[in-house]
Parts: sequence; C-alpha cells; structure tokens
Amino acid sequence: MLPNCLFRLIIVAWLILLAPTTWAAATLVAVAADFTKPMTEIAAAFEKTTGHTAKLSFGSSGKAFAQIKSGGPFEVYLSASEKYPLELEKSGYVVAGSRFVYAIGKLVLWSAKSDYVDDQGKILKTGGFKHIALADPAHAPYGVVAEEVMKSLGVLDKLRPLFVMGENISQTFQFVSTGNAELGFIAFAQVIDINTGKIGKGSGWIIPDNLHGPFNQTAVLLKKGAENPAALALVDFLKSPTALAIIEKYGFGLPK
Amino acid sequence: MLSPADIEALLLTFKVAIISTALMMLFGTPLAWWLARTHSAWKGLINAVVALPLVLPPTVLGFYLLVLMGPAGVIGEFTNWLGIGTLPFTFEGLVIASVLYSMPFVVQPLQAAFTTIGELPLEAAATLRAGPLDTFFSVVVPLAKPGFLTAAILGFTHTVGEFGVVLMIGGNIPGKTRVVSVQIYNHVEALQYSEAHLLAGVLLVFSFAVLLVLYTVLKTQPVAHQLK
Repeated sequence: MLPNCLFRLIIVAWLILLAPTTWAAATLVAVAADFTKPMTEIAAAFEKTTGHTAKLSFGSSGKAFAQIKSGGPFEVYLSASEKYPLELEKSGYVVAGSRFVYAIGKLVLWSAKSDYVDDQGKILKTGGFKHIALADPAHAPYGVVAEEVMKSLGVLDKLRPLFVMGENISQTFQFVSTGNAELGFIAFAQVIDINTGKIGKGSGWIIPDNLHGPFNQTAVLLKKGAENPAALALVDFLKSPTALAIIEKYGFGLPK
Repeated sequence: MLSPADIEALLLTFKVAIISTALMMLFGTPLAWWLARTHSAWKGLINAVVALPLVLPPTVLGFYLLVLMGPAGVIGEFTNWLGIGTLPFTFEGLVIASVLYSMPFVVQPLQAAFTTIGELPLEAAATLRAGPLDTFFSVVVPLAKPGFLTAAILGFTHTVGEFGVVLMIGGNIPGKTRVVSVQIYNHVEALQYSEAHLLAGVLLVFSFAVLLVLYTVLKTQPVAHQLK
C-alpha cells in the first residue's frame, strides 16, 4: 500500500497531465488548395483565441471528398465549391444544418510577366499565346468557373485547344508562375499582395463576378467531428469577425 | 466499354513508351557498356546520376524539369534559341522526361549483363581478329540477349506506368500528354469510379502479362538479381 501523501501526489500529477487534453482539443480539417494562405492564418488565430488546434490538410476539393466518403478522418471540410458538401449532406456524412458559405471565391486571369494581361482581359480575344492554364474543369471548382468566364466572353471554343490543365489550383499556379503557360486562371489569393489588396506580381485581371455563376466556397461539420469541441469551435470561429477579416484580406468575397 | 478518350490515352501511352524505349536502348547501350568496362574515377558519379530516378520522387524530377525546361530555365533557353519553343506540355517533352525517368531500368540490366560476360570472350574474339564493333555485335549482343530483353521490357513497362513526372510537366492535354495513368487519375478525381476501374484493370492485365512473359517464357532472372 502506498503512503497516503504519495498517492495524493500521483492523483494530482495525473490530473495536471490530463488537463490540457480535456480543455484543448485538436481537429483535423480538409481545406481546398486555394484557401491555403488564409486558413493557415485563421488556424493560428484560432489556436491563440480558443486553445484548440486545427490540423490542416490541403488539396483538391474532389480528392478530399473522395477521402471523406472512404472513411477519411476529417472532421471539418472546407470545399472550394458548393457541390461536394451538398453531395456529402445527401449521403449522410454531415451534421444536419451545419453547411455554410465561408467565403466567395475570386478568380483572376494572371501572367508572371508584367504588362501582359490587361485589366479588362482583352488578351483573351486578341490571343497571341500558346498555352492558357486552368484547373481541370472535370473536377476542380476553379476550372468550372474559368470555363464559365470564357463562355460568357465567347472565347471558349477558340481557346480550348490551348488549354493546359492543372490537377488543382496550386499546380495551375505552378504552370503559370514558371512561365511555361503565358497566362492562366488562378485564385486571387495566390497572387494578392495583402498590404495593398492588389495583384502583387506579374500582371492580371480580377474577373468580375457577373461573368460566372455563384462561387460559394462551402464548409460543413462532418459527423466524425460532431462530438469534438475543437471542431465545433472552429466552425464558429470561421464566422467570427477575426476570421472574416483574414478571409477578406486574402482577396475572397465575404458570404452574404 | 472504354470511351474514345480512354482509347486515345492508351494509344498515346504506347506511343510514348515505344519511342522512349527505342531512345533508351540507343543511348543506354553505349552508356551501360562504358560503365561495365571502365575503371574511370567518374564511374561512381555516373552510376549515381543514372540511378537517381530510382530514389527521387517523380514529382521532384517533374518539378525540376518544369523549371529547367520552362522559358526561364537553362534547357528552355536552349530550346528557345534552337527555335523549337519550350518542352513542357508537348509530346516531345514527355518523351524526354520518360527517357530520363526510366533510364536506370534500361542501363542497370544491360550493365549487369555486360559485366557478367567478362573479359574472356572478348579476348578470344580479339585473337580471331574481330574488330571492336564486330566483337560487340557477334559476341556481346548474343551473350547479353537476356539483358537486352529485360532492359527493353522494363524500360517500356516503366514508361507505361509513369505518372508523377507526366502530371507535373504534361498539362493534361488530350491526345498529346494525357497518358493512361493521368486519365485514370482524372476518372478518380471526377468520381467516375467504374471508368477508373475498367482502365486500371486494362493496365494491370497488360503489365502483368508482359512481366509474366518476361519471367516465365523468356526465363529471365527477376530484376533484383540483375541490379546487384
């Protein structure tokens, strides 16, 4: 039998060790590639404010969707589109009523060369380039929107033979930033200078929303995270003024 | 059934693999011969460079090629100077990347086969007044035949299965750079799982059949023995 005081000491030590895991929890989040920069900053602010941790996994929305459907460990899902969260909701992976728009996607036509893309996007009609990069419209939300823009401008069929397609928006950016594609449709967040709120390098055209359909980047709380205080707190935090300010700073529109 | 886009991807893949294999045999044979015979101090370095794609992630190789072959890269500036433009997103660029990526699968079996032959048959040929080229084609090629077969088949099948490098420099252009591995990936990403299954099945059966022929009908040693 242990002496009484030693026994108490062990209990106290055990409680102290246990405490952080009880109060602060961690949640695993699947994040669309275009939201990499703001989410990294939001996660840091989240940790500071709530003490919880958000572990972020960046990639294409489609891949995260497939992983969630195959039993992936994600608790919160930030998609670049509305389609995948809706689909997950229908198949019963989502906590009822948790779906919300966290940001409005902003598309830019961009080139690594300065003075190449004019601020009206007239270059799409004048041409003179060999390749135009976009994310694959078959599964990437930015690719879908890029096609809609070219369709509204009546240049889709003319430009289609010049398409080079990235697997997600990060790879598309790589094609353009290395100069292999003269220009391409990428996320505003990838090229914004957060001090001025304008395109920081190269040249580009921030595409007006009326040239494409709604670009509602949608998040859901997945059933895996329904009991996790960190997942619940993160969903709330994404709607907080702190998070919204970061989202706006990186060039996204705010949910209406 | 396979869609026209799937068939296009399959045909393109075989075209890339056939041309790449021919180029690898053409350049790989003298290189392997030199590596097998030389006592040069450079041997270790060249061996290491040839073997690099075995250990590097394909995405690393692909990323370097994208940068180097781009307009600001060394290779890109050279090809621009030649007037042929830059290589990413082209069929030719894909072939060059495949040759670099699959080269160890051609060079290593050949090098092993050449080393195994040893000095004796070459000296015997020399005493019969055979010149170096005559010796190579009349003595070395027949003796190293299993090595040549292994090299060609491994080079070919490895190119057929290539993915990461193509994804990085290909740009996913139908008929030009959209090979079968990328097409399978596209199907998975677009949640077309049954199409993905079918095409993946075709690739699996093909690769297995080729290796089965290599190891049973031709009675070649498994590659691990040759790579020593």
